[in-house]
Amino acid sequence: MHVDPEIIRLLAFLVGVIAFAALNAAYLVWLERKEAAHIQRRIGPKEVGPFGLFQPLVDGIKLMTKQLIVPAGVDPVLFKIAPILVMVPAIMSFVTIPFSETLVARNLDLGLLVIFAFASVNVLGLLLGAWGSRNKYAVISAARVVSQNVAYEIPMLVTVVTLVMITGTMNLHNIVMQQQGGFWHWNILNLSASPLMPVAFLIFFVCMLAETNRAPFDMAEAESELVAGAFTEYSGMGFGVFFMGEYANIVIGASVATILFLGGWDCPLGLFPGVHWFLIKMYFLIFTVIWIRWTFPRTTFYGLLNLSWKILIPISFFNLILTSAMLKVF
Amino acid sequence: MSAFAKSEANETFVLNLGPQHPATHGVLRVKLTMDGEYIVEAEPVLGYIHRMHEKMGENRTWAQFLPNTGRMDYLHALAYNHGYVSVVERAAGIEVPERAEYLRVITAELNRVSSHLLWFGAFILDLGGFSPLLYAFDDREHILDLLESVTGSRLTYCYFRFGGVYNDIDDNFVPGTRAFIKRLRDRMPMYHNLVTKNIILMKRLQEVGPISAEMCRKYGATGPVCRGSGINFDVRKHEPYSIYPEMDFDVPVYDQCESMARYMVRMDEIEQSLRIIEQGLDKLPEGPVMAEKVPKIIKPAKGDYYHAVETARGSFGVRVVSDGSNTPYRLKLRSPTFSNLSLFGEACQGMLLPDALALMGSLDLVIPEIDR
Repeated sequence: MHVDPEIIRLLAFLVGVIAFAALNAAYLVWLERKEAAHIQRRIGPKEVGPFGLFQPLVDGIKLMTKQLIVPAGVDPVLFKIAPILVMVPAIMSFVTIPFSETLVARNLDLGLLVIFAFASVNVLGLLLGAWGSRNKYAVISAARVVSQNVAYEIPMLVTVVTLVMITGTMNLHNIVMQQQGGFWHWNILNLSASPLMPVAFLIFFVCMLAETNRAPFDMAEAESELVAGAFTEYSGMGFGVFFMGEYANIVIGASVATILFLGGWDCPLGLFPGVHWFLIKMYFLIFTVIWIRWTFPRTTFYGLLNLSWKILIPISFFNLILTSAMLKVF
Repeated sequence: MSAFAKSEANETFVLNLGPQHPATHGVLRVKLTMDGEYIVEAEPVLGYIHRMHEKMGENRTWAQFLPNTGRMDYLHALAYNHGYVSVVERAAGIEVPERAEYLRVITAELNRVSSHLLWFGAFILDLGGFSPLLYAFDDREHILDLLESVTGSRLTYCYFRFGGVYNDIDDNFVPGTRAFIKRLRDRMPMYHNLVTKNIILMKRLQEVGPISAEMCRKYGATGPVCRGSGINFDVRKHEPYSIYPEMDFDVPVYDQCESMARYMVRMDEIEQSLRIIEQGLDKLPEGPVMAEKVPKIIKPAKGDYYHAVETARGSFGVRVVSDGSNTPYRLKLRSPTFSNLSLFGEACQGMLLPDALALMGSLDLVIPEIDR
């Protein structure tokens, strides 16, 4: 029987992408707990396995064996569908991400657009879950999530448009290929295209924090204000899937930042490029995200919107105009 | 908030904050009428852990009520000890040896520092920053160890007795306390650099949560709450008791009336308490720690007595009415946080939920003390 090798390749990648997303979600929880512990001068998980490395497995078993509680009064369809709506788009985005020159499931010409399209679905999942819970805290949280995401998608997309103007392509593979050959070729230091490139990276990073609902912008959970926000009524694996989705989104955000600004799989000194460099850069960004969470207090909701509308959006538009002017002149 | 315009009545909804909510630090329930995220009306609902401490006092002998005092404000139990023994000593005319008074002040001030440290951690936790809590607890642990060596317990102290204190200090207490003072003084700049000067914290506390001086007077707010509103009132200075008149310390007063002012008052009070402890250790006289002629069964003369002390949260007053028997005829406790919480309903009108919770955190509520 003849099977098209392309189908086998796709199946292998599909399994690989799902495994990568699930493994990351599980072990980022471990990393988060361990890193938080060391920032707070504690030890963190250490009982299960060496350095507590089997803790995520045990947590997973615990979450999976818990009863799936659908509280009385909730909308059962929305309540059950919402965690999946957060998880699935996050995994789908992995399909277009090039981990190295050859390691990519589907190299699409509109890869960047696909990722941002799927990232927007994440909000919908949170909104439906919160609305379906019929919990006042969850509804407040849902309203926050939506306005937060609307506010932060604008500077993020304007920054990305600036970048696409420089690179002239939306193909993630090509974007990385243009940055090969050492850190001075990376887009973050592409000062000849726009002197504001480091600022653009900072804007992208801040927007990524806000888009993934990470501290100090974790308005959606805000445990001291909204108990658990959108997740208040969720327990067991419903909660677990939400969190896997959240962590998968962080991985996506860090990957996209690596690809767009930090040269993807390129080595800083131009030697031995490969998937390991991609992972190092990605995990460094994730480490920073966790670091920020355990250092800063939470902003307020209006402070968050003020930052976006009054600071980030004007700067990103200024950068857009500056870049187009420079592209025209030089 | 200027952006706040009251909607029609049917557009508001009721949100129950508590009795189990992470921000209320205990079983406090606040019934909020909300318009979106704006608070239209807030009504604190008490009574979830009412234990009838006052009635209990009227049903047991004067001495038997002593352990109860440490179970109201469990974060500053020694000040409650102090208030109650002082009023009974005043009623029964018991003289306290000087060394005992020094030990009372030193331990009570150590306890105040531990209370402020816990508040500091819990307040930043309310604002979403988790890490300072564990650093503050690390420091607080040293105080608990010191106090454990003297009093025998770590939280609900019952150290003071009528006519003195239960136990003299051991040899390690004085050097241990001096080492702790040095340690905390070295750590305070770190707290200020990492937390006080944090831009997010400043944005969240400055010009947020106004409590005017009039409002403080109206509701009888005391302690750091009124000192953050520009009212210079501290029982230790203005109705001096024990050996506080001999101590050289300042009362930090800020007149910005905002959450940040109350934060700064408590942070400065830590340093002032350390000064008092240091002077107490320097001047600590030799001698007995218990008066000699204290009757086994205390029967104060008929009369009406009152004594107030300054706890970490404000002025705590005890009024006892004695009919000459071995139990109080009436025991009335005036707890500071009850008054401080009462102004929350008025202060948070028109505020956003996160700002109102920052305001509530800056009041430093200890629920078992509100619900005695």
